[in-house]
Amino acid sequence: MIECKNISKVYKSGEIETHALKNASFKINDGEFVAIMGPSGSGKSTLMHIIGCLDTPTSGQYLLDDKDVSQLTDDELADIRMQKIGFVFQSFNLLPRATVLRNVTLPLVYAGVSREERENKAKEALRGSAFPEDFWNHYSNQLSGGMMQRVAIARALVNNPTLVLADEPTGNLDTKTGEMVLDTFQRLHQEQGRTIVLITHEPYVAEHAERVINIRDGNIVEDGKVKNRRIINNHNHNEK
Amino acid sequence: MKIQDIFQETYSSLSANKARSGLTILGIVIGIGSVIAMISIGQGASGQITSSIEGLGSNLLTVMPGFIQPGRGIVSSGRGSAQTLMNEDIEVLRQIAGTAYVSPELQRRFQIVASGNNTNSTVIGVEPDYAEVRNIALADGSFITEAQIRSMGRVVVLGPTVALDLFGEGNDPIGKTIRINRVNFKVIGVLQAKGSAGFFNPDDTVFVPLTTMQKILAGAEFLSTIAISVESKDLMPQVQEEATFALAEKHHVDPQSPDFSIISQADILGTLTQVTDTFTIFLAAVAGISLIVGGIGIMNMMLTTVTERTREIGLRKSIGAKKKDISMQFLTEAVMLTFLGGVMGVILGWILAVLVSQFAGIATQVSLQSVILAFGVSAAIGIIFGYYPARRAASLNPIEALRYE
Repeated sequence: MIECKNISKVYKSGEIETHALKNASFKINDGEFVAIMGPSGSGKSTLMHIIGCLDTPTSGQYLLDDKDVSQLTDDELADIRMQKIGFVFQSFNLLPRATVLRNVTLPLVYAGVSREERENKAKEALRGSAFPEDFWNHYSNQLSGGMMQRVAIARALVNNPTLVLADEPTGNLDTKTGEMVLDTFQRLHQEQGRTIVLITHEPYVAEHAERVINIRDGNIVEDGKVKNRRIINNHNHNEK
Repeated sequence: MKIQDIFQETYSSLSANKARSGLTILGIVIGIGSVIAMISIGQGASGQITSSIEGLGSNLLTVMPGFIQPGRGIVSSGRGSAQTLMNEDIEVLRQIAGTAYVSPELQRRFQIVASGNNTNSTVIGVEPDYAEVRNIALADGSFITEAQIRSMGRVVVLGPTVALDLFGEGNDPIGKTIRINRVNFKVIGVLQAKGSAGFFNPDDTVFVPLTTMQKILAGAEFLSTIAISVESKDLMPQVQEEATFALAEKHHVDPQSPDFSIISQADILGTLTQVTDTFTIFLAAVAGISLIVGGIGIMNMMLTTVTERTREIGLRKSIGAKKKDISMQFLTEAVMLTFLGGVMGVILGWILAVLVSQFAGIATQVSLQSVILAFGVSAAIGIIFGYYPARRAASLNPIEALRYE
């Protein structure tokens, strides 16, 4: 569970102060699929960095699983990221000279998990993100964009995080492969009950989530359920 | 992060850039290799000098006419012209406790003729003790005896080079007659070849009885050198001091500035090892510069790698890598490069040392210390030149690193 209480972030460069976030407060429950939407410069990236424990707020409290993580040191934040957060980036950020399996096991390497257990968990995560088994030993730079993003999703899931944080996950993909990726998120949400936070500037992408937080000039201007939610495939629990 | 995982990361990143890693390693290989080769040449030279000085005779004190300033080395002007050492001095020295043998010598160069062949060589007038003091051995015949000294015998013992020059190969010179300075001498012995000992080549020398030398050939009563063989190494300083006082008293001069000098073998050895040590340090320093250049190559490559992999570092941090994990990864890469370079450099240096002694005829000696030193230095270079890039990688801000284009 995520809770933000009056979070503000101020960047200082010399004399100029930039207020990227102004008193943002909201709560995301376990199992929710939330889109954070806003144009560039709205503060959504700053919010993502704070939610993802890559950065700390200037003021306010950020509770992750009831623990205040807003005043931790860099290495403590690294620990939180390792245990609780899985990242999916716009540009995938895979290791190019490593196989799919090794890419997925990477977070477990830093967690100090044994080699055998790493492989098992990675395979499980790859199956979870519907990544075809034939490609598990391919180098990641031999894959198409959509495939790469599913490897990245598997990597985000491998440590069984509290929260999957996706930053413009479809930004580098065409509509069709983008839909495949969004479908993967919807399925993970419905079948496995994952908490997913999707950061995007496209209303079309945001409409795949259950709830949208709209942010503009550092203020939350709208927070509510998606009215006409787009569902790509119905992943009902009973069907599979 | 576990050690085997760090090594796997290191392996995959070094093998991803094989050409670059190889060239960077080459810098270290050349550096370490030249340090090893240069030190081996220096140590080989010093070993050779030590053994040839020791070959001149063990526990040797040399009394020479003229005063040598302490600390100015063994080279002195006008030494040969000083005529202060006399035959009476020999008895004074023989009475000092701890002396095993005393060998007075008078040395001149003369023209030597035999069976139409002509050579100019060093002629030394000696007593029988000479053979003991100077560690010489006969190949054939006998050395000069006490009786020949007393009777001023016109007999001569030839060094092997002189024997070869005068009589040619395969001819036995024993019993033949040679002419030194137009005086006939009978050859009674030939020495075994010993090889040059720096300034003095005993092979290119002939020996005659001291009395014959003084009375007939040189027409002089003085001595050019008195060599004293001391019973044991521990007694050398004591004998040296006593000899100085005894001779100074005999010569009626102040022991602080006598008209002679006593040089111990240790002094000569000390001076020469000082020279070879300086030489070795100089060579190693020149080679060390190339090692530093190699180290800068490592740093350059690591900085390029860190810049190139900024996004990767950002990603690693975002999935939970701590500063320590990142810096260890890059430091291990740098140390691995220098370690591989060190191993190959030691092999290269060793091969070079062997080649130098094979083809250039210079003695070389690869010691364990220089190998350990090379490894230590290469590991240190890896740490020193890898530290800054590793720290830079570790301190990257994950947000900025992920955005880096």
